[in-house]
Amino acid sequence: MPQVFHPSANTLSRVVLFSLVVGPAALLGLIYLLVRSPYQTQVGVVREQPVQFSHEHHVNGLGIDCRFCHTSVETSASAGMPPTHTCMTCHSQIWSDSPMLEPVRASLRNNEPLEWNRVHDLPDFVYFHHGVHVQKGVGCVECHGRIDLMPLAHREKPLTMEWCLECHRNPEPRLRPKEDVFAMDWTPPADSELARASEPVPTNHVEVGQLTNCSICHR
Amino acid sequence: MKPSYKDQETPLTLTELTRAARAASTSEAASARQWRSLSELADDGSFLEEVSQAVSGVRGAIHGLDDASRRKFMTLMGASFALAGVAGCSVQPIEKIIPYVEQPEDIVPGKPMFFATAAVAGGDGVGLLVESHMGRPTKIEGNPTHPASLGATDVFSQAEMLALYDPDRSQVVVHEGRVDTWERFLAFAVDLRDRKLANKGKGLRILTQTVTSPTLADQLNRLLEAMPEAKWHSYEPVTRDAARRGAELAFGEPLEPVLHLDKADVIVSLDADFLSWGPGRLHHARAFADRRSQGADAPGEAAMNRLYVVEPTPTITGAMADHRLPVAARDVSHAARALAKALKVEGAPDADANRLAGHETWFSAAAADLLAHKGKSLVVVGEGQPAEVHALGHAINAALGNIGETVTLAPPTTAGPADQLGSLVELTRAIEAGEVDALLILGANPAYDAPVDLNLAEALLNDRGPTLVHLGTHDNETAALANWHVPEAHFLEAWGDVRAFDGTVAIQQPLIAPLYNGRTAGEIVATLLGEVGLPPRETVRRYWRERLPAETFEAAWTQALRDGVIKEQPAKSDADADGDEKAKAEAKPKQYGEPKLDKVKWADAPTEELEIVFRPDPTLWDGRYANNGWLQELPKPITTLTWGNAALVSPALAERLGLQNNQVVELEYREAVVEAPVWITPGQADDSVTVHLGHGRTRVGRVGNGVGFNAYALRRSDALWFGDGLKVSATSKRIPLAVTQHHHNMEGRELVRSATIGQYRETPDFAQAEEQSSHHGMSLHPDPPVPQNEHHAWAMAIDLNRCIGCNACTIACQAENNIPVVGKDQVLLSREMHWIRVDRYYEGESEANPGTVFQPVPCMHCEKAPCELVCPVEATLHSDEGLNEMVYNRCVGTRYCGNNCPYKVRRFNWFHYADETTPSLKPLNNPDVTVRSRGVMEKCTYCVQRINEARINAKMAGRTVGGDEVVTACQGVCPTRAIVFGNMLVESAVTKARQSPRHYALLAGLGTRPRTTYLARLNNPNPDATPAEASAENSVEPRHG
Amino acid sequence: MAELKRKADRRPGPPPVLAPGHTFGSVTSKISAIVLTDPYDWRWAIGMGIGSSLLLLFTVAVVHLLLHGVGVWGVNIPVMWGFAIINFVWWIGIGHAGTLISAILLLLKQEWRTSINRFAEAMTLFAVACAGVFPLLHMGRPWKFYWLLPYPNTMALLPQWRSPLVWDVFAVSTYATVSVLFWYVGLIPDLATLRDRAVSRPAQLIYGSLSLGWRGSARHWARYKSAYILLAGLATPLVVSVHTVVSFDFAAGVIPGWHTTIFPPYFVAGAIFSGFAMVVTLAVPLRAAYGLHDFITDRHLDNMAKILLATGSIVGYGYAMEFFIAWYSGNPYEGFLFLDARPFGWYHLAYRTMIFCNVLIPQLFWFPACRRNIMLLWVCSLIVNVGMWLERYVIVITSLSQDFLPSSWAMYYPTFWDWATFLGTIGLFLFLAFLFIRFLPVIAIAEMRELVHEKDHHAARHRGLPAAEPGGETQ
Repeated sequence: MPQVFHPSANTLSRVVLFSLVVGPAALLGLIYLLVRSPYQTQVGVVREQPVQFSHEHHVNGLGIDCRFCHTSVETSASAGMPPTHTCMTCHSQIWSDSPMLEPVRASLRNNEPLEWNRVHDLPDFVYFHHGVHVQKGVGCVECHGRIDLMPLAHREKPLTMEWCLECHRNPEPRLRPKEDVFAMDWTPPADSELARASEPVPTNHVEVGQLTNCSICHR
Repeated sequence: MKPSYKDQETPLTLTELTRAARAASTSEAASARQWRSLSELADDGSFLEEVSQAVSGVRGAIHGLDDASRRKFMTLMGASFALAGVAGCSVQPIEKIIPYVEQPEDIVPGKPMFFATAAVAGGDGVGLLVESHMGRPTKIEGNPTHPASLGATDVFSQAEMLALYDPDRSQVVVHEGRVDTWERFLAFAVDLRDRKLANKGKGLRILTQTVTSPTLADQLNRLLEAMPEAKWHSYEPVTRDAARRGAELAFGEPLEPVLHLDKADVIVSLDADFLSWGPGRLHHARAFADRRSQGADAPGEAAMNRLYVVEPTPTITGAMADHRLPVAARDVSHAARALAKALKVEGAPDADANRLAGHETWFSAAAADLLAHKGKSLVVVGEGQPAEVHALGHAINAALGNIGETVTLAPPTTAGPADQLGSLVELTRAIEAGEVDALLILGANPAYDAPVDLNLAEALLNDRGPTLVHLGTHDNETAALANWHVPEAHFLEAWGDVRAFDGTVAIQQPLIAPLYNGRTAGEIVATLLGEVGLPPRETVRRYWRERLPAETFEAAWTQALRDGVIKEQPAKSDADADGDEKAKAEAKPKQYGEPKLDKVKWADAPTEELEIVFRPDPTLWDGRYANNGWLQELPKPITTLTWGNAALVSPALAERLGLQNNQVVELEYREAVVEAPVWITPGQADDSVTVHLGHGRTRVGRVGNGVGFNAYALRRSDALWFGDGLKVSATSKRIPLAVTQHHHNMEGRELVRSATIGQYRETPDFAQAEEQSSHHGMSLHPDPPVPQNEHHAWAMAIDLNRCIGCNACTIACQAENNIPVVGKDQVLLSREMHWIRVDRYYEGESEANPGTVFQPVPCMHCEKAPCELVCPVEATLHSDEGLNEMVYNRCVGTRYCGNNCPYKVRRFNWFHYADETTPSLKPLNNPDVTVRSRGVMEKCTYCVQRINEARINAKMAGRTVGGDEVVTACQGVCPTRAIVFGNMLVESAVTKARQSPRHYALLAGLGTRPRTTYLARLNNPNPDATPAEASAENSVEPRHG
Repeated sequence: MAELKRKADRRPGPPPVLAPGHTFGSVTSKISAIVLTDPYDWRWAIGMGIGSSLLLLFTVAVVHLLLHGVGVWGVNIPVMWGFAIINFVWWIGIGHAGTLISAILLLLKQEWRTSINRFAEAMTLFAVACAGVFPLLHMGRPWKFYWLLPYPNTMALLPQWRSPLVWDVFAVSTYATVSVLFWYVGLIPDLATLRDRAVSRPAQLIYGSLSLGWRGSARHWARYKSAYILLAGLATPLVVSVHTVVSFDFAAGVIPGWHTTIFPPYFVAGAIFSGFAMVVTLAVPLRAAYGLHDFITDRHLDNMAKILLATGSIVGYGYAMEFFIAWYSGNPYEGFLFLDARPFGWYHLAYRTMIFCNVLIPQLFWFPACRRNIMLLWVCSLIVNVGMWLERYVIVITSLSQDFLPSSWAMYYPTFWDWATFLGTIGLFLFLAFLFIRFLPVIAIAEMRELVHEKDHHAARHRGLPAAEPGGETQ
């Protein structure tokens, strides 16, 4: 009776057996990479906005303080988005006829608010409080990156839980004196403890143990 | 949380409001939907669509919330969830940020504000502080400066939050069954005014509910001056006529008794449920509990009060009694006579001895006790008793020298007719006689709740009936008969003022612009006064400007809005308000002379048949809350019944008639017949069958329609509260009643521990006996230390000696923590979601009159929590501050934790219970609490959002959180302050409680080391009560297993 | 000598494990015929029909469940675990006999295992498959099942290692894996046989590729033997470990009736008990349908009956011990449950039936007559299956419905969907079983040949004749 298989079947079967083991492993690895890629975390992805607002121009160029627009960042959970009125305090005088700013003027005219697309967006079950982070000396840069150098705002940090925990488990290296929180280009003075990233800022009183309680962020 | 009071001159519009709702959050699986629905939310198109839907004729009856349709809704939700799950690792959709165009200066995004206003419950004002997030009210707290609140609220005030956002509220003006506009109504009203001015208001009648608003009363009186022939009637189905008439009989003028329970050592309640019914109940509950716990806090002194209760049907007041006697309502009058005789009150008739046969000792003991406490005792007569009993009550109090001491008399706080029933009867007769051509019904709903024998509805319908204008929050039974229906503004949308039981006036200010352009009664009357276009706020301000000194008016006004209480000159109330001693000393109540009984006509003995007893529903009141899911699902005290009412019968009667629970009987009273399911209630008087009003609504909304049976169908003007000659005939039908507690016996387990004051003095630590005996401290496995933060350890202590079982904690928790309503079918499967439940156990041998004890059970936050050990995914963990944390978005729903919880306090989302589709319900959510999705576990968190807020505020201020700084929702609402919460590492209320000898932990033997603990209950029975008696009352044995 | 022999012949020995007169050829052709040559038979068709229609019901139930949520089941508060967990434990238990027979009896050189191990193992796999679906379906959010596995995630979280459910994941998955390997390795020579006997090209290809080029060379046999023994060694501890871990799901809880140290041994015994019951339930009709009386002899059934008796008695001891401890410990909650709630309470019917099925019925097998009466044996095995299901029902439901606080007590009522899912998995089981019968040899051909060889060997040694050569492939 004839042979059922051609000799090549041997190689084939070996390949099959091999891939049965390696295939799933590779797939898992792929997923692992995918969930950390910008596709998932949106790092560096610029979002379409009604007005192409440039932090680079306003902060770096004109030297406007963060708190001029984000008024409640020091006290409230929400940093606060500027009402149209805030924009118009300047733009009623300068660039008052720039087509780029038409949406802003329209908003004031028709009393229709601007609709910005969120760039830094945590899931709804995460409760983040700007005020306490600022008060404890977490610089804007730590989460928002060098927003002052971004012509168009985008995420610089992945905002994953893993990433949050890096700091919540070991905050010291990321803390700074309160007065420097809004300084974008602040670096620890070479001689200070901070430079060695070993000691917490003495004045900030951060209870590290507490920071990893679930209810600190999830309620 | 430090409230920042504000006078909100410009409430936000709905558009701004729905934008603000962006803050409402949801848990992971839900987020997929939430993102979508938020965009719907941002443009209120969906909302307008909802309105237009309501407009297009299908008003009210839109898909009634029968369980089937609920299931269907679940299906849709569920489907979208399975998908959400599949798309688990997809990219997060883009959310919008929508800033203001002009930001109101006071609003800081993410920071709540508090405004003072007041709720009206049966004409009785209760001061409130309302929490507002970005202009949307989300939570109601009591107003500490208001005498009728003292910082607490009742279940109704809590539920007003849902009532505000009720999607079934009437939304449009309706004229002859067709949608119309407010302007067209104005035209009608102005025309009406002209016609009526011409004929002095002949044929114009106005029917209101009880009015205690000085402004509205003033408006109406001015109207009556302008139109002398017009008439103002007012009617509440739960009226206090009897009390007023009783006082009239005794003193010659209608007066309201104001109780001072804080001064009473011995209280005898004659069918008076003063802890949950009637003006000032919150105030009374506080005073009562304070006196209750005095004996407990200082074992030495005999300051603990003693309560005797005679009542036909079990109430929470009866449950607190040291001596309770179930007596048919009709025999309560004889109980009063027996007391009066024993106390030698002149003019008191003889009691019919055989009515109270077997209880002579009881009454003699009570009488002796009263006599021994002249001037420090108190006899309270219930609203459900006829006038002569009230008169007799006054006489007894006078004989005991209590008047002016434990009870003072004040002119009624209510304006308008004192005899409301009389005025309703008069109105009906006038309508039948065709003398009425225009009837304005402002808020009342007589077509549903008027006595059945008046046939008011028919009268309104007949051809000689008047032009009917109805103002109401719902397009209800009365609206169906009206020519004009105008949607009424909820009090959180309206300007107004209201009097409290002691005369104190609170200003009502809106927290939000009317959602559906609702109007207030004041606005309607204003149109008739020719004040069209005068803003409601002005109406109120104008009234007060006339009555307050002009120079300081603005200051006083702002002050009033801040505090929620307006100072009248001269101070109207006797200042018992905040129980402050010297205030009471200076304000001496005016005397009204000795009560006389000569004018009283005594009803003669009725037949010995069954009697029917009517009671306002503990959670729906007179039916006005029928469409409120929170209240429908709130277990009624004692019966734990939800979603419907029942005919309460005593075990003996059930035995006699061979009735079982859930069996439907025909209640035949006079000619009316109603079918009702039976609920066998220990402690019910044998000859009484109690039915609760407020159910069986036919036209209120998708929640309340057709829930329970309508007891008004049996209620007659000559038997408003009880009547003889009820016939009960069993049927073979069954209606399953959704009770939340099926087992009522402690099985000899030491769950609720109690003792008499005497035993307590002998062995103050009786409550800890079990632990001492069982814990010999030897173990092969010494306890590993619990990781614990050295500054904060949160703990809660519940004083069972103060708890009156009113369930306010349950509903306050529901409001604070976005707890969903699950519906009757789910409650029948014991799947209710309440995070804190009030367990009720019966004690003692007698089923006819058991002792009743309450035990609120929230999460115990065990230091060694069995639930944490078994969760496979770390969804429930322990915080270093001792919180047992539940992370919804990590939960996969194995329900192992729920099984392993010995206290069964964990709740599971079997379906997607949270309603995220109804637009008007979205703003209701507390933005600080995650909305749970299907398939996750949830439970009491000790209001962790409030702890976090306090912690963050403290951190930002560079201090530590105070021991008593955090107030949980259940603690804040509790009328008796039975719940204390705080940090047990520093000096705080909870630390103090944990040191009390009465302190014990539930199921301590399991070694779970709960952080929620209890203080044992004490009773103060009369030693002279005979042993035979003793068995029947609250057990006098300290219970040990 | 002759004397002795005559005596020996006169003494009635136990029935043989293989009917006399079989050769390699006869064994091979008889068994492989079921797969290759026999025509469809109506009994198979009916069985398959029932199986697949129940499987259809299962799919409907699952879709309904995923659309609506676990609320479609009767589970409530306090009874938050219902049919799902009951069925899970039941199926896992049934899944025990296979590995026990294949591994332990192999190591113990019990030759009577040979003719039943193949389908016992198959049954194990199918049972584990049925068991496996329940923990998933029972979750509130099944699509998050992978959170129970330790994998590097962006949440920086791991499973909670103290939770018995996590142990379950590992225990069950390991068990499934090893069982599959063991079963497959055992199949290889027979697959080769089928390949060689198959006539149609597709069959040749399929069996061919599955048999991984088996040629029956001495080297193959050597490797095969060592691998088989090795796997047997690996599988042996699992027989004990899996159900021990499953029992921890309950024993680790504080609930009265769960929190007891006797659970592991008593669960393992129960598992073997139900496992063998299921083997009998399958073996009897199988041998009747395909005339395998020569291979599955009364000796096998007799042995299995004895095992049922033994394990059944151990389970009975477990029940008795629970009673005793409940009384002796003086724990009020245990006491209430065992001395009041279970025997006389809401669920006394389930409890008493359970005692009858699991403790009383097996006692029949003290009597050889009962062990030999095939019909009776079969009925008893069915009863035991029911009894063991009831045992899990009693443990899960009664304990939860009346635990510590009387205020929370509530009854549990299964819904239509509970039953649908349960019957559905039975459908899945039957479906797989009938596929197996049709497409794979239900009895290990190669091992039977060895058996034949040994028998001949002994016989030969007695008679002094040369033993037949163990042939490779038979044509």
